[in-house]
Amino acid sequence: MTRSTSVELLSRLSRVCSLRTRSSAVTILASQLARSYSSAAAAAVKLSDDVSLETHTDIQRAAREQAKTRAAASFTSPDAASSGTSALQHAYQENTGFGTRPIYLDMQATTPTDPRVLDTMLKFYTGLYGNPHSNTHAYGWETNKEIENARDHIAKVINANSKEIIFTSGATESNNTVLKGVSRFYKKTKKHIITTRTEHKCVLEAARAMINEGFEVTFLNVDSQGLISMKELEESIRPDTCLVSIMAVNNEIGVMQPLKEIGALCREKKVHFHTDAAQAYGKIPIDVNEMNIDLLSISSHKIYGPKGIGALFVRRRPRVRLEPIISGGGQERGLRSGTLAPALVTGFGEAARLINQEYSSDIAHVSRLSKKLVDGLLSIDHTSLNGSPDHRYPGCINVSFAYVEGESLLMALRDIALSSGSACTSASLEPSYVLHALGKDDAMAHSSIRFGIGRFSTEQEVDYVIKAISERVKFLRELSPLWEMVQEGIDLNSIEWSGH
Amino acid sequence: MPAVSPSRRQVLRLYKQLIKNANQFNDYNFREYFLRRARNTFKENKSVQDAAKLQSLFAEGQRDLGILKRQSIISQMYTFDKLVVEPLHKHGFKPST
Ligand SMILES: Cc1ncc(COP(=O)(O)O)c(C=O)c1O
Repeated sequence: MTRSTSVELLSRLSRVCSLRTRSSAVTILASQLARSYSSAAAAAVKLSDDVSLETHTDIQRAAREQAKTRAAASFTSPDAASSGTSALQHAYQENTGFGTRPIYLDMQATTPTDPRVLDTMLKFYTGLYGNPHSNTHAYGWETNKEIENARDHIAKVINANSKEIIFTSGATESNNTVLKGVSRFYKKTKKHIITTRTEHKCVLEAARAMINEGFEVTFLNVDSQGLISMKELEESIRPDTCLVSIMAVNNEIGVMQPLKEIGALCREKKVHFHTDAAQAYGKIPIDVNEMNIDLLSISSHKIYGPKGIGALFVRRRPRVRLEPIISGGGQERGLRSGTLAPALVTGFGEAARLINQEYSSDIAHVSRLSKKLVDGLLSIDHTSLNGSPDHRYPGCINVSFAYVEGESLLMALRDIALSSGSACTSASLEPSYVLHALGKDDAMAHSSIRFGIGRFSTEQEVDYVIKAISERVKFLRELSPLWEMVQEGIDLNSIEWSGH
Repeated sequence: MPAVSPSRRQVLRLYKQLIKNANQFNDYNFREYFLRRARNTFKENKSVQDAAKLQSLFAEGQRDLGILKRQSIISQMYTFDKLVVEPLHKHGFKPST
């Protein structure tokens, strides 16, 4: 069609339109439009029939690759390889007709994101993208309002005021902020920090960093149950002590420290009390006022929230002062500058709201499954529970299987996602420093496995785990010369080991 | 909204819908959790008589139903291998109670 004819057509069309009444032209147009839209919609529906919305993630490949590299690595140490590779053939249950993805029992490393949390977060990745610190327009206000709601939920879990909650990138950052920030603020007059040997690596390393800055650090011992001694703590507090940092629940053995007693002592001695509650927040009852806690670290991904966010509780009355490690625009009371991530913050807030709502049913569920698992595992010969049986969070169970090497057991348990300790030590073959601190020898520390139970664990999974562990511990023991000797009644301690 | 308590039929319908949508989760653990939660919540509140309380429980249940509808669809879109405790066939649509 040439240009002139099309112009002619257009002008003719406009004449036609002007001849008719306006409204009827509009109806014709509208009906034509509607027809073309509905056919487009039909096409789209057809398309979605052909193209599946499902996108499947194959995790077996990653598992196979990892197994291959591990197997290759273990060939360098022949004794590990012999038990490891033969055990690998028994890593899956024989039953076909079932899936292959491992049962997740590593709740201390991280927890699955609750679908209700994701539901809250999606809004912030779709429409609510305002910067919460923009106070000149609605985009900023709406996001800010949601962030403050989240802060309220998070504060409520530990009976704090929402103004006392500072968002950070996680418990690691919160712990660093406290250990470095508080001691640097008081460095002119106070030069001493107290912590324990069983803390998470991030507290231990931050404390070591302060030694380089001229501080003295006391690392308290724990008894064979994993508990600190109140007497030793009291004796360690000096006039120049600025901070006592003791974790609430241990990440490897689940032992709970006596927070209330420690808090009372620290308040009496006028020393700041910090607790790393990454594993305790939302899992055991914590009241920062009743327990006289001055600073408390929280991690969102341990309570079914998103990863990459956490919080620090900083008491306002009596005021706790600290020097921020991140300088900038002065957000979060100047203690942690930088734009907040609204999706993460609100996801964390929803996770905390769910804790407030579900606490009693979660605890009942976790305790029930935990009891079943502990009873099942301890009914195997020569097994023992690590850490205090009474002062513990039931969702973290650490069991030693004597005469079995922990790494081989983990290799033989590829259908269950477990860890031989904290996530940072499970990569290396180094035995856990936490179990060492409890006075366990290398062999015992090596044969320990941590089981984590959470909101989404099921009874069926626990039954499977008890059965799988019993079978494979038996299998691995049959391969072990030590086990043979034990069966023959030889006292292993009477043997003179050559070598080393 | 005035505190009109939901009828017995409405409550039953909500319960059935919650169970149905929980069952559509492709993820085993989420499916089992939301089934357990729906059953426990309704069992716990079986004898609630107070109109205002009933009304608020009902509204909460409806909010949860919305979440389950959206999230079960997401769970069907992003799928992963079945767990070792899950039979490969007949997943998800087990007869519910
Ligand atoms: C006791 C304890 N503190 C701190 C952390 C680190 O938390 P995040 O991953 O939030 O930095 C963890 C988790 O590994 C932990 O278990």
